[in-house]
Amino acid sequence: MSRIGVFVCHCGLNIAKTIRVSELAEFASTLPDVVVARDYRFMCSTPGQEMIANDIKEHRLDRVIVTACSPLMHEHTFRKVIEKAGLNQYMLTIVNIREQVSWVTSDIEEGTAKAKALLNGAVYRARLLAPLSSRVIDVNSGVMIVGGGIAGIQAALELANTGKKVYLVEKNSTIGGHMAQFDKTFPTLDCSACILTPKMDAVLQHPNITLMTYCEISEVKGFVGNFDIKVRQKARYVNHDKCNACLACTEKCPGKGISEWDEGLVKRKAIHIPFPQAVPQKPVIDRDACTYFLKGKCRLCEKVCEQKAIDFEQQDTFIDVKVGAVIVATGYNLMDTSPLVQYGYGKYPGVYSALEAERLFNSAGPTSGKVTLRDGKEPQAIAILHCIGSRDKNNYEHCSRVCCMYSLKFAHLFKEKTSADVYQFYIDIRAAGKGYEEFYNRIIEEDVKFIRGKVARVAESSDEPGRLIVEAEDTITGKFVQLPVDMVVLSPAMIPREDSKEVGRLFNLSTDKHGFFMERHPKLAPLSTMSEGIFIAGTCQSPKDIPDTVAQANGAAAEALTIVSREKMELEATTAMVNPASCCGCQNCVRVCPYGAPLFNYEKGVSEINEALCKGCGLCASVCPTSAIIARHFTNEQVLAEIEGLMEF
Amino acid sequence: MSFEPKILGIACNWCTYTGADLAGTTRLHYPPNVRVVRVMCSSRINPSFIFRAFQLGADGVLVGGCHPGDCHYNTGNLYARRRLAVTKKILEFAGLEPGRFRVEWISASEGNKFAEVVQEFTAQIKELGPQQKLKIDELQEKA
Repeated sequence: MSRIGVFVCHCGLNIAKTIRVSELAEFASTLPDVVVARDYRFMCSTPGQEMIANDIKEHRLDRVIVTACSPLMHEHTFRKVIEKAGLNQYMLTIVNIREQVSWVTSDIEEGTAKAKALLNGAVYRARLLAPLSSRVIDVNSGVMIVGGGIAGIQAALELANTGKKVYLVEKNSTIGGHMAQFDKTFPTLDCSACILTPKMDAVLQHPNITLMTYCEISEVKGFVGNFDIKVRQKARYVNHDKCNACLACTEKCPGKGISEWDEGLVKRKAIHIPFPQAVPQKPVIDRDACTYFLKGKCRLCEKVCEQKAIDFEQQDTFIDVKVGAVIVATGYNLMDTSPLVQYGYGKYPGVYSALEAERLFNSAGPTSGKVTLRDGKEPQAIAILHCIGSRDKNNYEHCSRVCCMYSLKFAHLFKEKTSADVYQFYIDIRAAGKGYEEFYNRIIEEDVKFIRGKVARVAESSDEPGRLIVEAEDTITGKFVQLPVDMVVLSPAMIPREDSKEVGRLFNLSTDKHGFFMERHPKLAPLSTMSEGIFIAGTCQSPKDIPDTVAQANGAAAEALTIVSREKMELEATTAMVNPASCCGCQNCVRVCPYGAPLFNYEKGVSEINEALCKGCGLCASVCPTSAIIARHFTNEQVLAEIEGLMEF
Repeated sequence: MSFEPKILGIACNWCTYTGADLAGTTRLHYPPNVRVVRVMCSSRINPSFIFRAFQLGADGVLVGGCHPGDCHYNTGNLYARRRLAVTKKILEFAGLEPGRFRVEWISASEGNKFAEVVQEFTAQIKELGPQQKLKIDELQEKA
């Protein structure tokens, strides 16, 4: 016979509006083993928590049911409450009557009836709860950061400055990310490289940061506090321990590859560093462009290298890294706009993507900072097209947040560098951010022409060969506009990296329908994920600008620190165990477990579970033909009792 | 009074349960007939949970897990998928109407999918009427 206390929360009107909470509490008091049932406006508030604690003592409760919001919100809070009051923290059941009842129901009869059924199930389940003892584990103090853009760089420096060991993993041969490609940053127009490269260099010099460029994650094992990550070091064909960064090889190389950094606008050498301030300053060979790899002879780089650093035999290697926490900051891509044939990207040489335009402004870019078309001429009229693929139900519904502002920046730079007329074709100008509206007003003053209307088509001019016609409806005047221009810049949707689904799979991150990583809670846990110990920062979560990205990176660093600054931490006790008396030795559990937690003890002829490896999914319990495996906190008896309770009403 | 079916939902913690929470957070309304039991992984679902629910008079059972390949526990839902496919066959062999048992992969971001599935499934069960094939007192009556 157990002694259960039921505590029904109103959550203001969030719950009380569509569930009769006092009736629910009265109903609870009629259920078996319930010795006290109350309702209160905010159970999670201090008086609410005290009410529970007092009742535990006064009524000698041994089990508590909190009927409130989702267990994903406050299970932890109430576990601490009952633990403080002397109960084992697992003697708690949460009934989710907010997210799964009151918020999805408009009828108070329906809501109350459903809440009663759920509560009845919870009482049945609670009667069978058993105390569990938490596991305490040692915590590794290192942190891995995946992605070496501004988010990863910022987080790495913050963490390294606290004295923690940081492994910064980047798939390209340099860190810097997209920010390294920009010329100026809005709204201050400060030089992107000037503010970024000192940080890149600080990463390289920092004694606590191990920089792992040209690396990819190949396997992630373990759990919060003890991740065991296998990193693939891709073959660079240059021994970086020997290379002294003289770059003589890059001068002699005859191979031609596409410059990723210059968005394919120019070629680069096969052996190369991506850009002059790359970190590290040591080259890699692009196999697909290397004359030796393609034709079997050349090896000019080898001949000029005094350090004997070139190694055509180099293979991929694997490095094992152990860390306590991980920050994923893998950034974004711009949508490929060539499938949107109406804009002519890839068809007309005068149509550029936003990142290509960035490179045209940059003094280290393909045109040394001069704005010229592909034929070398200076444009006389330029149209900047907003919302290409974003705010578009046929492609990406989301607003990419930065395009309005960088389009305004482009307009300023075009005005500064050319004598062209500049036109903005926009749906709305979204200038929410510190100094953004002011920047917008400044650009209006600079004689940039704003046409409110989404462009329908970019076509070739029939009168003036080589020129383009931009067609749109000006929704302010209601007139159809046909504007001849020489250059069109598209501001495409910001989308997740092409490999975000795979990265998500490796780190057990959920993704939204487009592949952006999901945060644990959209407002209150925007940097945590459902995988404990793994955090996200920057544009891999959603489109955002540099200030927000940097702020998130700092936040993620602090979150990671809350884990790795501890020597030990408590883990969920909800693991599986084997009852050796009924184990038949079939070893099904050993075969199915993704973590290798069950091991077969040949001496005793039974399986045993290594609790340090068990994550508590309960798979083994379901494949056990003799029910010898017990999934703690989700035992067959507990789940069946809950089902029975649910079906009674 | 119109027939209001009792439907058992079993949802994994990481995807479908979180997706159901999201449906709530975004205030998507759906019929109240599905009552959800949370398990950590769809692979935890022992077929006996489903058989028992039908014996106790459930008019339908809806199981939700992460999309295959996206399981929080790597491969758990792949085992669940096979086991539940067999479960469905056994249920039908035992005489249950095919439409009463359904498995759906609903991710944590698919609150709208959760609401849609519940709406659709509830309507389907209403169409089928009360479940009598596996309900225990019905069985006892027959015996």
